[in-house]
Amino acid sequence: MTPENGSASEKWNLRLYTAGQSPKSLAALDNLKRVCEQHLPGRYSIEVIDLLKNPRLAKDDQIVAIPTLVRKLPEPLRRIVGDLSDTERTLVGLQLRQIK
Amino acid sequence: MKMERPVQARSLPKAPTGIPGLDEITEGGLPRGRPTLICGGPGCGKTLLAAEFLIRGATEFDEPGALITFEETSDELAQNVRSLGFDLDALVEEKKIAIDYVRVERSEIAETGEYDLEGLFLRLGFAIDSVGAKRIVLDTIESLFAGFENQAVLRSELRRLFRFLKDRGVTAVITGERGDGSLTRQGLEEYVSDCVILLDHRVTEQTSTRRMRIVKYRGTTHGTNEYPFLIDADGFSVLPLSGLQLDHPVSDERVSSGVPALDTMLDGKGYYRGSSVLVSGTAGTGKTSLAAHFAQESARRGERCLYLAFEESPKQLMRNMRTIGVDLEPHVKKGTLRLHSSRPTLHGLEMHLVQVHKMVSEFNPAAVVIDPISNFIDNSTAIEAQAMLLRLVDFLKAKQITALFTHLTSGSAALEATDIGISSLIDTWLLLRDIEVGTSRIKALYVLKSRGMPHSREVREFVVTPKGIELKKVAGKAGKGMKKR
Repeated sequence: MTPENGSASEKWNLRLYTAGQSPKSLAALDNLKRVCEQHLPGRYSIEVIDLLKNPRLAKDDQIVAIPTLVRKLPEPLRRIVGDLSDTERTLVGLQLRQIK
Repeated sequence: MKMERPVQARSLPKAPTGIPGLDEITEGGLPRGRPTLICGGPGCGKTLLAAEFLIRGATEFDEPGALITFEETSDELAQNVRSLGFDLDALVEEKKIAIDYVRVERSEIAETGEYDLEGLFLRLGFAIDSVGAKRIVLDTIESLFAGFENQAVLRSELRRLFRFLKDRGVTAVITGERGDGSLTRQGLEEYVSDCVILLDHRVTEQTSTRRMRIVKYRGTTHGTNEYPFLIDADGFSVLPLSGLQLDHPVSDERVSSGVPALDTMLDGKGYYRGSSVLVSGTAGTGKTSLAAHFAQESARRGERCLYLAFEESPKQLMRNMRTIGVDLEPHVKKGTLRLHSSRPTLHGLEMHLVQVHKMVSEFNPAAVVIDPISNFIDNSTAIEAQAMLLRLVDFLKAKQITALFTHLTSGSAALEATDIGISSLIDTWLLLRDIEVGTSRIKALYVLKSRGMPHSREVREFVVTPKGIELKKVAGKAGKGMKKR
């Protein structure tokens, strides 16, 4: 199944839901970028969605906690809530752990 | 820090629920602009009560609502309330109700680092704003505890949530599952302190009874009893059980019993309007016939009569009564007579009471016949039965409804000693029984008591003819009073 390593060409499509520029949201984005640079250099994209600007998306995408990171691709869809300060758990959550 | 609001001397503003009975026991509804907690075990009707509060708000009080459901999808919910006769989809379409299904599944969520539930707040705000909601239901917020690990975050966010709801000024209903030894599993009552309603669904001897109790209602008086309630095709109805006082209006007006000879025995005029009449007798003595005469007479005068038959179907009753010259059908068709049949064992005693209450409130009759009441009594303990009859009699009297109950007595029990001590509730008591006259046995009727009138003390022969009931003088002496069978 989805190998944690993935193929080197596999594209990662990540979406981070925030509510304005809260410290937790900013921290999450920083942490996310760091992890991606380290483990997925050149093959990831991060889309930041500010729910303050578009609250409807919270309903449509089933967001409850802020910040929430959603791994859209590769499938299956994964959700990680929190500011991603715990790198180990972030990697497990993203199923990137074995790369480490 | 926010300052406490000054205490208001005025009575608490309330948001009516529109649910029959509930507004009476809450003395006007739920606290407006504040949260109310509805708790109870599984299947007690929490969700339905919350949903009905919202729907009635939108349809009857022009207060749009937001429904935030954590357990059921919008479709499931729409289906459930449809069984109560509410069309949720249409209300959503008309922008009177907004629904958001919040799904939290721990297995799909990993947690790392700090977070809050701002997403939920945004969703609530969005739902409220999209319809201009004045009411909101969160059903049931405890699901969050299953979805997230960090309980400390959840608790502080819950506290923030209730503050948020108050600030938005919405009247909120929160549901919670009952826990062991506490009202809710997650101690929600700690956060919602304004009004707490407990629902209960218990089964005794295979019949279920639903009951409701207001555990607390800050800043206002309220009924403190356990009140039976019913969930049926029209939604909730709660039996307020109020007015257990002897201050009914009293009428001097008389209404005919439908049997001229019986009217003669009752001071020539029949029963008092708004009085309670008991017809008791052994099997096959003609209790139903007497009741049918009364119902027909009432309908003939153009007064509505509700006939609750617990032994016969309406069709069977009409057929049987036709053979003794009482044709009920035209009155049923005209709408002055309503026949309702159900099995006494179908519900518990209180459920029947709620049902009678509801039918009387809807149909607004001048007379009610319950044929027979004995079946209820057999189904319950004497204390319960007496309490129920007391409530029923009180309720009907308060509405000036003339009530006729039939009661089947077993041949062996002492007749006058009857009857679960209801004698004190009954104004006019007619006895039907077989007696021996000389060498033959006849049916006989006599008036055991009739308050407020000089009534006949005679024992009359009770004859059912194809043209109705006749009361004849008993030929010869009927021995010493009447011999028991």
